Amino acid sequence: MSKKFLSRNGAPGEDSTRPEGGSAVPEQDDAESASRRKFIGTTVLAAGAAMLAGPGSLAIEEFLQRNFHELSKQDLKEIIARLEKQYSTEYGKKVRVGDEPAMPGVLFGYGLDLSRCVGCRRCVYACVAENNQSRDPQIQWIRVLQMDKDKGVDLAHATCYYDPKEVPEEGHFYMPVQCHQCRNPPCVRVCPVKATWQEPDGITVIDYNWCIGCRYCMAACPYGARHFNWGLPHLPSDEMNPETHYLGNRPRPKGVVEKCTFCIQRTRKGRYPACVEICPTGSRKFGNLLDPNSEIRYIMEHKRVFIFKEQLNTQPKFYYFYGV
Amino acid sequence: MPNSRRIRYFRRFFSPLGILSILSAGAVTGVLIVAGLGLPVRAANPASEEPAGHTVQSHAPPGMEGIQVPPPAFEPGLFPCSACHADMPVDTTPRKLKDMHTEIVLKHGPGMWCLDCHSAKNRDKLHLVDGTLIDFSKLYLLCGQCHGDKLRDWKAGVHGKRTGYWNGQKQYLLCVNCHNPHSPHFKPIKPKPAPVPPRDIQLSQGRTP
Amino acid sequence: MEKARSFWRFIQKSVRLVVTGNRYYYAWVVFLLLVMGFGVAAYVRQIKYGLILTHMRDQVSWGFYIGNFTFLVGIAAAAVMLVIPAYIYNWKPIKEITLLGEILALAALVMCLGFVLVDIGRPDRFWHIIPFVGLLNFPSSMLSWDVLVLNGYLFINWAVVTYMLFCAYQGKPYRKGLVYPLVILSIPWAVSIHTITAFLYNALPARPFWNASILAPRFLASAFCSGPAILLILLQVLRKMTRLEITDQAIFKIAELMAYAMGINLFLQGAEIFKEFYSHTEHFVFTQYLYFGFHGHNTLVPYAWASVLCGVAAFLLFLLPRTRRNWVTLNIGCVLIYSSVYIEKGMGLIIPGFTPSTLGEIYEYVPSWTEIKIAMGIFALGFLVFTFMLKVAVPIMLGEFTKAGNQPTGT
Repeated sequence: MSKKFLSRNGAPGEDSTRPEGGSAVPEQDDAESASRRKFIGTTVLAAGAAMLAGPGSLAIEEFLQRNFHELSKQDLKEIIARLEKQYSTEYGKKVRVGDEPAMPGVLFGYGLDLSRCVGCRRCVYACVAENNQSRDPQIQWIRVLQMDKDKGVDLAHATCYYDPKEVPEEGHFYMPVQCHQCRNPPCVRVCPVKATWQEPDGITVIDYNWCIGCRYCMAACPYGARHFNWGLPHLPSDEMNPETHYLGNRPRPKGVVEKCTFCIQRTRKGRYPACVEICPTGSRKFGNLLDPNSEIRYIMEHKRVFIFKEQLNTQPKFYYFYGV
Repeated sequence: MPNSRRIRYFRRFFSPLGILSILSAGAVTGVLIVAGLGLPVRAANPASEEPAGHTVQSHAPPGMEGIQVPPPAFEPGLFPCSACHADMPVDTTPRKLKDMHTEIVLKHGPGMWCLDCHSAKNRDKLHLVDGTLIDFSKLYLLCGQCHGDKLRDWKAGVHGKRTGYWNGQKQYLLCVNCHNPHSPHFKPIKPKPAPVPPRDIQLSQGRTP
Repeated sequence: MEKARSFWRFIQKSVRLVVTGNRYYYAWVVFLLLVMGFGVAAYVRQIKYGLILTHMRDQVSWGFYIGNFTFLVGIAAAAVMLVIPAYIYNWKPIKEITLLGEILALAALVMCLGFVLVDIGRPDRFWHIIPFVGLLNFPSSMLSWDVLVLNGYLFINWAVVTYMLFCAYQGKPYRKGLVYPLVILSIPWAVSIHTITAFLYNALPARPFWNASILAPRFLASAFCSGPAILLILLQVLRKMTRLEITDQAIFKIAELMAYAMGINLFLQGAEIFKEFYSHTEHFVFTQYLYFGFHGHNTLVPYAWASVLCGVAAFLLFLLPRTRRNWVTLNIGCVLIYSSVYIEKGMGLIIPGFTPSTLGEIYEYVPSWTEIKIAMGIFALGFLVFTFMLKVAVPIMLGEFTKAGNQPTGT
């Protein structure tokens, strides 16, 4: 006859396996088991806290830090001071973490000349160097797609892993993709904790100290522009760019999302993004969409401009055009 | 179910707590529907972006004169050309050069040759179609005669490598800083390495977290 | 105060009940704890090195964990399959066992929350998602809705189950005015948890495979097939192992309702297949990857077809009264439909959504050992929670574990 594992007590007195002492539970037993449970509970909590403290050294202030929007000026100053100290120690050089706000009357726009891009990828590596991206595991904010001239913009026949001796290859054109800083950003909509938002100057930024790493924004982005720190990022000290911005290129921790920020640490000081400056064929253009005399406005008025995946109504501020 | 039991059932069902629960259930459903209708449906109207405040003006594109450009990169010892050519006889016959400047490969449009751009009378200058002599530092005027669309774009800052400040001083380059004037077509270059494919992004052995 | 003390005694006695049992019980619990330990060890390693230990990458940024999460939300929603006949139609055979469905929902929800916790990159920042403590992006983000409705459903079920068990333990009848509104509320709430989980995917225009209106109805239809399948097997197990009275009528009625749900599920799947194959736009590429493979990448193909065949076979077995009423074919049907929906709502939904990626890249995702171990650990946790709750609930339902009576022990 099989034993049953759930209780099947008969009437009292019939069950020989009942404990001695009858029905009342002794007081000492209760106290003992209660204190035992308390001990186990505390140990579990402590172990849990220790486990969760695994990702790097976790100061209490960093753990309790609020969302960027909820920080007072003083809070932000203290946080930045802490970060500068942390980075300077880690990389052995004086690191500056800026918090320049958006300039009034500015909305950044980007132009990319598809007729001139030769697929040399200098923009990719300039971005990696400027924005302190992890070298191992490798993160690249810009992806250059090689496409067939006779098929046009056709993702089914595109590859970013082309590796010929020389570019451009016959019969192909090149289309770099990075964050489009959409006006109707699907990523901002879906973040459950408001860790990503669009600044007044049009740059979509991420608060790396608030992001929980759920990667919903990565699923939502139609351009594959967001990247995740799957492992601990590794950045050689001699390659680290010490001019950083809190919302931009400061070194990121493990387990958070990052993406192109139009080089917020440069553009908010009036400079061009690193990718614009490095491009040897002059395929990249940048400017203030609200300034009628800017290059980007000129391009929009005089060139054939198109939007990537326009039907999704993301309204990007990244305009592909044909210069010739 | 007998009527009395049904009445009792419904009475209990519609107790204050019961009514409150049903109302909140309805409210939840209603909010779901309304929120679903009202959620991000943005009009495709980019003009509604103007924030308050002044518009930052970049420096207006310069006119024909006054564009700051770095000097053309001559080979050392080559300039001034008049050092050799001042005393030389001038031969305006279009031909392939045999004695000097043989390293120059001329591949710039059909039927063009040296003196179409270089002034025959003064080798330190270039000449426009109407004969006007111009300095090498203003050679964009020469290139712009045939490549007018590129000149227009270049003046606006839209042609060529862009460095400097988007809201301040832009750095303009001369045509010849990027294009070899004798063989202007860009040669193919070696691309930088391809990205690591995702299956090769792994935790390296011996890597400390 | 007296109530609180009484409740505390109830907890203490329940804990004691949970830790005593016969050797089969101990073997089962120890086995589950071992598997959980296995999962915890893998999770500790994952926390240390990061999610790079999984096979998720930028191109396929959600995988096994979220697939399991999606499937389990469906299981949790299936308690409604018992609640509707029991409380709306007041059908006695099911009314007595509704509690078991709610307990199943609780265990499934615990697993759901577990899978979300192991999937996020910064579990130490989990508190950011708690309303008023962190910063919840409500109502814009569907994930914020999911946080609220899942935890709300957890609370409702936990409240109803605890209250009813406590009342039965005390030997008092439960206050209908307290229970009925919550139970009735749980019906639209259960529908909403799975609808909102469907909306998580539906909301993304970047992923054409998911951006279809039919997703939410499909989710509900498949939930109502798969959840009750576990329940049916469980009810038969409980019938054999305890003195709980579960009538054949109840089981067959649930099976009948499942047959309708399966029919609707197959119809909705067929509707999607029609649209994909007939319109054959560029978006067909995702369906093609799932069912036929793409350029030599065909990891998911056998699973996709297995899911379809199991689903159709299960439907036929449940449709025909002869096979529905035969215990062997009924149980085979349960296993078939569970497997079918597990594949369809798990990997068969998540992976094709990401493959090809937004930039046309094919990265073939298969779960890594870390993910499998952690998933096993979470399932073990769910089974453990379920076992413990049943260990307390069944004696209460049988009237053997009461306030006045002896502390029951396991034999």
